[in-house]
Amino acid sequence: MTTLEIKDLHVSVDTPEGVKPILRGVSLAVESGQTHAIMGPNGSGKSTLAYSLAGHPKYTVTGGSVLLDGQDVLAMTVDERARAGLFLAMQYPVEVPGVSVANFLRTAKTATSGHAPPLRTWVKEVGSAMDQLRFDREFLERSVNEGFSGGEKKRHEILQMELLEPKIAILDETDSGLDVDALRVVSEGVNRAKANTGVGVMLITHYTRILEYVKPDFVHVFVDGRVVEQGGPALADRLEAEGYDRFLR
Amino acid sequence: MGISQQSRGTRLASFELTDFPQPNGREEEWRFTPIADLADLFAGDLKAEVVTQVQGPTGVGVSVETVGLDHPRIGAVPAPTDRLAAAAWAASESATLVTIGGTDTTQPTVVRVIGSQSERPTPSAAQLTIDAKPNSRGLVLLEHTGLARLNQSVEINLGDGADLTVVTVCDWTTGSVHAASHRVRLNKDAHLRHVVVMMGGSLVRITPHIELAGEGASLDALGINVTDSGQHHEAQLFVDHAARNCRSRATYKGALLAAGAHSVWIGDVLIRAAAEGTDTYEENRNLVLAKGAHADSVPNLEIETGQIEGAGHASATGRFDEEQLFYLESRGIPKELARSMVVHAFFAELIARIGQADIAAALTAAVDAKLDQGRAEPA
Repeated sequence: MTTLEIKDLHVSVDTPEGVKPILRGVSLAVESGQTHAIMGPNGSGKSTLAYSLAGHPKYTVTGGSVLLDGQDVLAMTVDERARAGLFLAMQYPVEVPGVSVANFLRTAKTATSGHAPPLRTWVKEVGSAMDQLRFDREFLERSVNEGFSGGEKKRHEILQMELLEPKIAILDETDSGLDVDALRVVSEGVNRAKANTGVGVMLITHYTRILEYVKPDFVHVFVDGRVVEQGGPALADRLEAEGYDRFLR
Repeated sequence: MGISQQSRGTRLASFELTDFPQPNGREEEWRFTPIADLADLFAGDLKAEVVTQVQGPTGVGVSVETVGLDHPRIGAVPAPTDRLAAAAWAASESATLVTIGGTDTTQPTVVRVIGSQSERPTPSAAQLTIDAKPNSRGLVLLEHTGLARLNQSVEINLGDGADLTVVTVCDWTTGSVHAASHRVRLNKDAHLRHVVVMMGGSLVRITPHIELAGEGASLDALGINVTDSGQHHEAQLFVDHAARNCRSRATYKGALLAAGAHSVWIGDVLIRAAAEGTDTYEENRNLVLAKGAHADSVPNLEIETGQIEGAGHASATGRFDEEQLFYLESRGIPKELARSMVVHAFFAELIARIGQADIAAALTAAVDAKLDQGRAEPA
């Protein structure tokens, strides 16, 4: 049983025009097995929350705390956070030319689990996870994310989530840019990880579409850097019908 | 783009040392070079202290001889265009002539240039000519090891339809000074893969002057330097498109490991009026891994005809891509390992283009070893 506890988190970003506050006091707790949908209009700070939790150097935490089972996440380096059990599926996965997917996955698994996975079972595990995501095994020899389509990049992110078995996964607009088939395949991957490892999921999205496949237990509406309303799955239905307008006035 | 006072095509070319004045270091071709460290190599009375050994696959049409400079196949390439190159020529009494006449590319012909036995090496000169017969195919590995002060003249002549790979590796010990003038001619439909690897030595300056003299000739020029504190690695490439429908691709990549490392890349590409249908692209990329390391990078493109397929260049010098490091680290990979993966990958793509597995594996190992050795001092 794992808990990620975000308390009154304030985050700024450095821009050419100066320091700009984005998150203005976010509080949220995600436990193993739970799925939290973070919904909000563009520019509300959803991605800032995701990157801040992963430790991206562009963002500066100016207040609040983040604890993973009582451990201070904000004091950890980026790689330490991943090894502690946090995972961020990025909206724009980065291309790393010259590093093969196979080498990357194995290196990441070795780092997060603390030991090199036994080769034979690992190859099988990777292969079957790729098959289930309908992600061609030829991608293993390609450079990380280089020349991947939007859908391929997202499959690759979810593949990593399944293989690295984090305790808490933050999915940043994993649904954006996916057609309906890809969305279903990717969602099945998320649901498999939930069933197999009990991962707690923070699902950041603009649209309710993915919530038809990955059922949320809680829905948080995010506007202007803070949570303005919380509820159960019914809140998502209401957002689908009414949009974000009533929060923006 | 660099600022040249004159067209690269009009620079003096001569085999006569006395035609070239002693440079003062402010000239375009010398302004990045610590010229004082080369002073004794500019003279015309250099010794022949280095040893050149050739080990080739036998019975496949490769022959090796020592010949006089008056031999008809010596000096059959573009003349020297700077005083160092002319001095190397003037100071040599004989040349090692490697003739490639076969078509076997599975095993390289290895030319080993071995430095002095002395701790204080004498300024020396050496002349090597690689002559690839028409329609031959071959692979030459030119290795440099030991301690030397060497001014070297290398000629590479490709007959019609010849397909040759020449890999030059400078793995000198610290303290070595090496100037190398590569003067190269590609005749009709010839293809050359010209690879320069600068790892060791205190000062290494290679000036490949490659003339695409015959219609349909094709060049792939690749370069790697891994440069540590106290090292100066310099490549001045001149690709001379003199004939129609020729193609050239040049990619040089460098990593600078520590404060006091200095690399220089000058890439001159000249498309002469006669070179219609030219297709050329050159690029230089440098990864600066420490404060106080410096990479100079100057691409120059001169075009004398509008009737070309394409001409481009790129130059980029930077530190690590922080987004790449963040992505790897966000998967639990420690920063040091993430950096190492990114640098390894930076060179892997280029090394793969050499197209010979054994040489690629050896270079990968050598690059990784030097990176590990230099990793003590993070940026």
